[in-house]
Amino acid sequence: MEQLKSAYGSGIRDAATYAEQNYLVVDRSICHEVLLSLYDSGFHSLTDLTAVHYPKDELPFEIVWILFSMPTNERVRVKARFADGEDVPTLTDRWVGADWLEREVYDMFGVRFAGHPDLRRILLPDEWVGFPLRKDYGLKQQDTVWVQKNLGIESGQ
Amino acid sequence: MSDNQFYESLPEVEPGHTFLDSKELVLNMGPQHPSTHGVLRVILKLDGEKVNGLECVIGYLHRGIEKIAESRTWAGFAPFVDRLDYTAAVSNNLGYCMAVEKLVGIEVPKRAQYLRVILTELCRLSSHQIWLGTHVLDIGAVTPLFYAFRDREEILNVFEKYCGARLTTHSFRIGGCRWDVYPAFIKDVLRICDDLLPKIDEYKDLITGNRIWMQRTKNVGCISADDCLAYAITGPVLRGSGVNWDVRKAKPYSSYEDFEFDIPLGVAGDTFDRYLVRIEEMRQSIRIIRQAVAGLPEGPIIARVPKVLKPPAGEVYMSVEAPKGELGYFLVSDGTAQPYRVRVRPPSFINLQALAKMAKGGLVADVVAIIGTLDIVLGEVDR
Amino acid sequence: MINNFLGYLHSNVTPGEAGSLIWVTIYVLLVFAGISVGVIFMNWFERKVMAHMQVRLGPMRVGPHGLLQPVADALKLIIKEDLTPANADKIVFWFAPVCVVMTAFCTFIVVPFGRTHAITDMNIGVVFMLGVSSLGVLGVIMAGWASNSHYPLMGSLRSGAQMVSYEIAMSMAVVSAVMMTSMATGTGTLSMIGVVQAQMQQHTWFVFSFFPVGLIALAVFVIAMVAETNRAPFDLPEAESELVAGFMTEYSGFRWSLFFLAEYTSMMAVSSMAVTLWLGGWLRPFPNLLGGRNWDLAFSLVPGLAFLALAALCLFTYTKMPRLKSMRSAALGLGAFASVLGVVGIVMLLPGVRDRVQDIFWFALKVGFFMYLYVWARTTFPRYRFDQLMKIGWKVLLPISIGLVVLTALIGVRQELFALVWR
Repeated sequence: MEQLKSAYGSGIRDAATYAEQNYLVVDRSICHEVLLSLYDSGFHSLTDLTAVHYPKDELPFEIVWILFSMPTNERVRVKARFADGEDVPTLTDRWVGADWLEREVYDMFGVRFAGHPDLRRILLPDEWVGFPLRKDYGLKQQDTVWVQKNLGIESGQ
Repeated sequence: MSDNQFYESLPEVEPGHTFLDSKELVLNMGPQHPSTHGVLRVILKLDGEKVNGLECVIGYLHRGIEKIAESRTWAGFAPFVDRLDYTAAVSNNLGYCMAVEKLVGIEVPKRAQYLRVILTELCRLSSHQIWLGTHVLDIGAVTPLFYAFRDREEILNVFEKYCGARLTTHSFRIGGCRWDVYPAFIKDVLRICDDLLPKIDEYKDLITGNRIWMQRTKNVGCISADDCLAYAITGPVLRGSGVNWDVRKAKPYSSYEDFEFDIPLGVAGDTFDRYLVRIEEMRQSIRIIRQAVAGLPEGPIIARVPKVLKPPAGEVYMSVEAPKGELGYFLVSDGTAQPYRVRVRPPSFINLQALAKMAKGGLVADVVAIIGTLDIVLGEVDR
Repeated sequence: MINNFLGYLHSNVTPGEAGSLIWVTIYVLLVFAGISVGVIFMNWFERKVMAHMQVRLGPMRVGPHGLLQPVADALKLIIKEDLTPANADKIVFWFAPVCVVMTAFCTFIVVPFGRTHAITDMNIGVVFMLGVSSLGVLGVIMAGWASNSHYPLMGSLRSGAQMVSYEIAMSMAVVSAVMMTSMATGTGTLSMIGVVQAQMQQHTWFVFSFFPVGLIALAVFVIAMVAETNRAPFDLPEAESELVAGFMTEYSGFRWSLFFLAEYTSMMAVSSMAVTLWLGGWLRPFPNLLGGRNWDLAFSLVPGLAFLALAALCLFTYTKMPRLKSMRSAALGLGAFASVLGVVGIVMLLPGVRDRVQDIFWFALKVGFFMYLYVWARTTFPRYRFDQLMKIGWKVLLPISIGLVVLTALIGVRQELFALVWR
């Protein structure tokens, strides 16, 4: 923690521990380097990659990476904020398991990942319009055009 | 690219030639199929019998559980969590309740913790028995399925007597357990332990030493320890490749540190080792249950939790060792009674990514075996 | 005419050899009926035995203890819609199941159910059986081709490849058994009845002769016959959970039931071959050791007593059935079945019937043992992968069977030399 803070200085917004879990809040410009340096320190497993949508904030998308180091049995959470439409650097070159996780974040939130080999929807049909886990997407909302075209019914509700 | 684009990207077959002349055959193992354990679609690119490439298409069971969470209360979302990995609902419940407790900072009483351990290990046994029956059935042996399901009935009876439901139990509440043990609970659970141990030996006799089984599963679907870590694979798949990591030992929760149990490890990372790991895990589960039952303390079974739970704003990531792997919950709270974001880290989803790597270079008949050995549940993959 | 008709009854050769066409026809009809009843029984037997091995009951509703289940299945299949794929080759599509059924039934021309109870006794009976059963492969491939869909075609090619691979090992094991027939008389025989008579003369079932060579030969034949008939553990081409569908996919209704009939019939045919060549055919246990009139009498009572025992079992089950109104018809059915068995048992105790029927009974018992083995193997073993299956056929069974032939020859020659020297 301390060494990272010293290396990146102002880039790291916050390094704290909440409920016994360490997390880092980093600037989006250096997040890729921070993650790679964590990889070099032994965090070879990407336990989870997800996003949270804060629509009222200036940088609405918070991407959360949870990394795990097997030798030291340590878990660390790295968070960074991104603007709408901005590309997030991909982790698929180091962590192979990031592939589907990033596809899911794209599918649910619409966040694109720069450098991802095959970024397309994973859980929803490929032609679906809309990103469900965003806060402005209704709970019962559906892509009725797709539903009518492909399922032949008025609406899924 | 969409389906159409995928098919168009395949090599053209000239007019006058038949499919027999083309080098590669695309085989669709569609969402409805006897062996895909749910609605999973696998598109295989074959060269004769050899698998050159594989692609999984998922999402047929996507129900938007994470979106639903944002419109429920913290306690009201708990029944939904059962429906993720519906074969091991108690584990899912445990993970969610513990994540919320960590977020709020509730201390669960000891009796509730032990009770939770007993029920979770019973559920692990039940889930492994489903895995055993269906995996062996896919490879061709039709009998162990019935034996496994017959033995699982006892466990489901205990669940039914305890909380009223067999499969999607919603057995725990935030802060502890809803019900205390029913009068014959200890007797039932101990009888299950006593009956099941020789039955596990029976499965072993029927399957493990069987030459055909060994030929079908040894060196099939190998994955190395490094690849497992790169894909972030957890659970019996990781332990089958020799990595000694189990959330119950690495980051103990719910009094697991009070119990003595071993972590079975495989060597070669093939299907046979994963099979042995899961069988041994069943034995260790019985061991844990016996210890928990013997040491069940007196006391309250639920902590004092406000009726409308409003955790302070913050985030927490909590994981448990589900039968399928590391099941994690990432909860974001904004201080209100409704969750701001609930993210489920599904072990099956992440393990399924490795299917392409494990099946490549093998034969078509092995794909089915590998899907079985990964032990995926589509409810968890798709949420 | 009548004399000609009745005159056959006193002969001691098969009707084919006696040249009596009427009796040949009667025997053909009897064999056909018997095999059909056997297939129906096998269907019920398989489902019941598999179920009991899997800790469940199997069909219980249709008829008492599911005895009428095969009848219901047959009826359902007959009244099902008969679909033909769109661009299928109609003639070949029609002919494929016919071909398979015909070849399976034709092998029964030479199968001896008793000393004179065969339709005919060709002097190349063994080779005839092997040859005709090989024609079944043609039907399988035709079925896959005519379906006009590449998954059944691939399935049928695999099936055909599997059947052809295991035929060689089968034939080599058969050669080994045929060689043993020449031990007593100095000349061997290829006729099915002759093989059993050779076993009688040598006072040993061939499975026990040149021990353990005979046993290994039977084992090789049994493995090969299970693979030949596409049964577990070699049933990859027709397994449900595999991707490539079997050659029977496009067939529905009555055509499918023909394939099914042919499968069970060929199972019985190859089992009959195994029984004839190694297990002494229609011979009762210990015909020479326990010879003499009294022993003959005792053993000839066994078929009748067996049926009476079965009737007693059914009666016992009948008394155990719950006395509910809804179960009355089932209980009555069981009672009727028990009485039919009892009547058959009593009839089989009559002296005239006894002598003729007891050969058939022992033969059927031995074939039934192999049928049970088939079902047992299906319930117990996982499936082999196709490449492993072919590997076993070519790399394991074929060398063993060739070795068996050589070994049998060497041991046989040695014994002949011994006999020559010691005389």
